Amino acid sequence: MDFINAFLPYILADIEKTTPDAIRIADYLPYILAGISVGGQYALISIGYTMVYGILRLINFAHGDIFMVAGFVMIYLSATLPLHISAVFVILITMLLGFVVERVAYKPLRNAPRMSIMISAIGVSYLLQNCAWYFTSGLAKQYPEIPWISESITIGSATTKIVTILTPVLTIILVAALVFLIKYTKIGMAMRAVSKDFETSRLMGIKINTVISITFLIGSFLAAVASLLYFTNYTTVTPVAGAMPGLKAFVAAVFGGIGSIPGAVVGAFIIGICENLIKGAGWTTFSDAFTFALLIIILVAKPTGLFGEKSTDKV
Amino acid sequence: MKIKENSSLKYISILALIGAMFLIIFILEQLLPPTSMLFMVLKKGAIYSLVAVSLNLLCGFTGLFSLGHAGFMLIGAYTYAIFTIPLEARNAVYQYFDGGIINFTLPVPVALLAAGACAAVFAFLIGLPVLRLKSDYLAIATLGFAEIIRAIFQWDKLGPITNGSNVLRKFPSFSSTIFPFAVAGLCIAIIVLLINSSYGRAFKAIRDDEIAAEAMGINLAKHKQLSFTISSFFAGIGGALLAMFQTTVQAAAFKSSMTYEILLIVVIGGMGSVTGSCISSFLFIAASEWWLRFLDDETYIGSFKVPLLRSGFRKVVFSVVIMIIVLFYQRGIMGTKELSMDAIGRFFRKFKKEEDVA
Repeated sequence: MDFINAFLPYILADIEKTTPDAIRIADYLPYILAGISVGGQYALISIGYTMVYGILRLINFAHGDIFMVAGFVMIYLSATLPLHISAVFVILITMLLGFVVERVAYKPLRNAPRMSIMISAIGVSYLLQNCAWYFTSGLAKQYPEIPWISESITIGSATTKIVTILTPVLTIILVAALVFLIKYTKIGMAMRAVSKDFETSRLMGIKINTVISITFLIGSFLAAVASLLYFTNYTTVTPVAGAMPGLKAFVAAVFGGIGSIPGAVVGAFIIGICENLIKGAGWTTFSDAFTFALLIIILVAKPTGLFGEKSTDKV
Repeated sequence: MKIKENSSLKYISILALIGAMFLIIFILEQLLPPTSMLFMVLKKGAIYSLVAVSLNLLCGFTGLFSLGHAGFMLIGAYTYAIFTIPLEARNAVYQYFDGGIINFTLPVPVALLAAGACAAVFAFLIGLPVLRLKSDYLAIATLGFAEIIRAIFQWDKLGPITNGSNVLRKFPSFSSTIFPFAVAGLCIAIIVLLINSSYGRAFKAIRDDEIAAEAMGINLAKHKQLSFTISSFFAGIGGALLAMFQTTVQAAAFKSSMTYEILLIVVIGGMGSVTGSCISSFLFIAASEWWLRFLDDETYIGSFKVPLLRSGFRKVVFSVVIMIIVLFYQRGIMGTKELSMDAIGRFFRKFKKEEDVA
């Protein structure tokens, strides 16, 4: 890091000399860094979407709200417990919540039309938001400052928090672990089988409910980690704080090809960086709209996303 | 001949029922104070009925799962507001934009139609690329468009027209409950006629099986586009009515959660049932705004404080009720059936028969 710190000003100065009036990277560096950081957080959330969609063909609208609840749990726990213990509990409670939501709201509808499950997901999202509103009286709550990761660090011309650097690293480690889990373990093999063909894998003796529950546990675990990182950056949590990051993470999942984990990660980084560059260019009103414009362009041009498999309709 | 007599009798009885409904509203308005919660529920319920029926046309009858309804309502609401703010009030409303650049007003009925037309034009343009997508992808793409529309309407550069992210106000609104009932009723009647026409049958065929419908010679692209545009037209009018009801409009309010709310109404009423959508919108509005209101107040029985009751508890109870309906009554109140004079007649005849048996 010191090495980069020492040389970056020179490199940047060099670029500035060659492009005096054009876009200067030094001006945009904070935005790129913020983009990479938020991209990593979106990536962690979007894996939850993409895995659930891959297995259940369900857009889990409640996932963003599970992420929000994780934020509130951290606030309430850290009021009494030390931070590192409450962080562990946040992850456990969030995983439990994801598990319970699946068991209560999605499992009874396994044989219902897909539309019903989606409505159920919307209902859960509504319920979680209203519960959060009830417990907080609708007020924004201050997120606790986690030592070390919320300290400032200077990279080149940009000052940022350590969490900005930590996020992409942690994201890549977790994604690598997940890919390993899916490729080389028995449960991973079961997951792949279930996402390929629900009925056949059930006939082959795979316990579908266990696989689905584990998928939700993994998704919620990553959402909890993402919430620790995300809210350290944004400092306040509101009952609707999960809606936008959730939607964007879903867009990232679709962008990369839903059902594909590397796709979701790449999509999330692209969306995070683009969004922050647009903010940097002074178009803050359109930073959300741009995400969706990107989604529509990719859907129209390549409906299955960047890395999605092409599906054919059989009559 | 007998069939014809029957159907004319049916029309007369329907007209009589509608007449009676308006009469009851009229009498109620004379008796109760105009601030009564009942009128608020009736007004909002009528508006939501229209919006829910228009979404039902799309989801329940054509099988297109769109989540962009709030966006079209926003277009309708803004179109109505922009063209009806009186000239003398414009300087006050567009205080940051020198009174705006639109310096004429339209009469209210024309503005309502314009609201619908504007939403329909946008829907047509959006439909061109989007309607080729299937189920979930269509849902998420329309959701995206609704968000884009919301951002565009909040854009500073369009401020002279849309007032940026500031509220639009001082446009004409209604005081009588009869107005929203009349407009929404008329629009719903048109939708019902459409559903019962050959177009409506084509929509249902597409919903049941796209490939089979195409094989029967139904032009998929054309009919989907038609359904999407018409649904958005009525969503636009619904948005305009909502603007009138609220007396102010702000783009920030038309979030995706509004679409979710309407979708829940449609599902609770039953996908593919017009009367179901109407009944459930009144129930939904009444329950969320009125009947459960007592849950929000801290209540004491003697010196005993009832636990849990505090601001926001109403919404929690309400969402639990919704989850129960979604999980255990998947087909909604009406399923795909309609509440009609025949159905009521049959119900009573059955009732009578059972009585005879007993």
